Amino acid sequence: MKIREMTFEVDKIRAQFPILKQTIGKYPLVYLDNGATTQKPQVVIDAITAYYTTQNSNIHRGVHTLSQNATVAYEEARVNIQKHINASKSLECIFTKGTTDGVNLVAHSIGKTIQEGDEIIISALEHHSNIVPWQFLVEEKGAILKIIPMNHKGELDLNVYHELLSNKTKIVSVTHVSNALGTINPIKEMVSMAHKVGALFLVDAAQSLQHFSVDVQDLDCDFMVFSGHKLFAPTGVGILYGKEKVLNELPPYQGGGDMIKKVTFEKTTYNELPHKFEAGTPNIVGGIGLGVAIKWLSELNLTEVQKYENELLDYATSEIGKIEGVKLYGTAERKSGILSFLIDGLHPYDVGTLLNQQGVAVRTGHHCTQPIMDYYKIPGTIRVSFSLYNTMADVDAFIKALRRAVNMLK
Amino acid sequence: MNLVEKENEIIEDFAIYDDWMEKYEYIIELGKDLPKIEDKFKIKDNIIVGCQSQVWLHAEKVDGLIQYTADADAIIAKGIISLLIQALSNETAETIIDAKLDFIKEIGLQEHLSPTRSNGLVAMVKKMKIYALALKNK
Repeated sequence: MKIREMTFEVDKIRAQFPILKQTIGKYPLVYLDNGATTQKPQVVIDAITAYYTTQNSNIHRGVHTLSQNATVAYEEARVNIQKHINASKSLECIFTKGTTDGVNLVAHSIGKTIQEGDEIIISALEHHSNIVPWQFLVEEKGAILKIIPMNHKGELDLNVYHELLSNKTKIVSVTHVSNALGTINPIKEMVSMAHKVGALFLVDAAQSLQHFSVDVQDLDCDFMVFSGHKLFAPTGVGILYGKEKVLNELPPYQGGGDMIKKVTFEKTTYNELPHKFEAGTPNIVGGIGLGVAIKWLSELNLTEVQKYENELLDYATSEIGKIEGVKLYGTAERKSGILSFLIDGLHPYDVGTLLNQQGVAVRTGHHCTQPIMDYYKIPGTIRVSFSLYNTMADVDAFIKALRRAVNMLK
Repeated sequence: MNLVEKENEIIEDFAIYDDWMEKYEYIIELGKDLPKIEDKFKIKDNIIVGCQSQVWLHAEKVDGLIQYTADADAIIAKGIISLLIQALSNETAETIIDAKLDFIKEIGLQEHLSPTRSNGLVAMVKKMKIYALALKNK
């Protein structure tokens, strides 16, 4: 049993994803857009069906059996998530709509305490969803946004980061893995540096949790946000992890049902964690699906998964390098799952279109990271992003399709 | 050749190929026949909004007929605008405004383009019609 757990068997994993069995035209689907969203294993699809077949009802307030069962399932999901990221309590895991919603929640709630001249630090690698919510605080509160720069390989400059930190820094918000370039940032070190000046730290884990295990207590981050749909779960659900003490000090985000303790027209008192931040009927089936997906993931050997995905990335990087005119974007020493590139003289949309005609799904464009594209002075890239169900054969099919596309376009 | 005859010819041209990769090769070839827009018309106002790549379109009225020129920074977009120009250039403004362009559906182009690009196709047709409308009484 132990030995079986040690070996990563991609065929067994892949067989659990029914969507991957289809063809696009006459070509088998080669799904390499996992940075945008991952596919869902049968256990998650079954959980969604089972919920609507046997459990559907509103949670947290019903006296009847269905409601109680749904509440138990939803709260079990929260516990699965807590265990997977090693939060100390499940109440530290707030259900959200996704990563974007999580960043907006934190920015909004922290924003109430932000004064003119307070500083917020983000990095050059951020997704728009970790830029724009902070810019609101610049506009509304007179906060100052500072950016940790990156080098040509797509690695952050920690010396500059160190210089940017001061007792004016209120929060640092940085991505764990760059969605455009694949860079893995040294989050643990960065959190520790922020804490030395008394700043809070938010980790955008949207692109990391599907690739390797993340321990929030080890990182010691104050917040971590992620999306379910990039983690084998349905869309429209995600998690904001926050340290209990920090979350208790934050004012609520949205007002409504479930987040209150007592409402009168004169004064309302708020519910305790996690409900204080969960106004209204949540995405119940999404939360349950996320719990099932995370449990499924946590039962895999994630060290093996990471090793396997690195092999895929290394193989793809080496094979693509053999094609004339290929330029890679994002060549950091520590990378995860993402290969961003352009081909001399070719428009990414042309390449993406011809890859799609051959069954290969990739993403083209700026990947919601226009500042990164501006840095390289390019309009966008072609991005291949891997997940644990991809195979070496997928890489071969992609390279073959890419060669044909290049021949047609040149 | 009137518009319907031109559309039928395009449908026949595409019917030769049964594989979509071959059809794309044909679209890429069409891009090479594109009546090129003069550099002075490659301005912001002539960019078709809604395309994921940059497409410039210009129109003039010559002897009562509308003539289009264009360019694009992506090769497939160039082929598609070339195809549309093949159909609509040298028609009256009235014909262009009323054109249903059933051939797009007939050759399966719309379904075959990604939604963003398909929107681009819609945006191209819209811009061509707007130019025809603007030139109608000139």
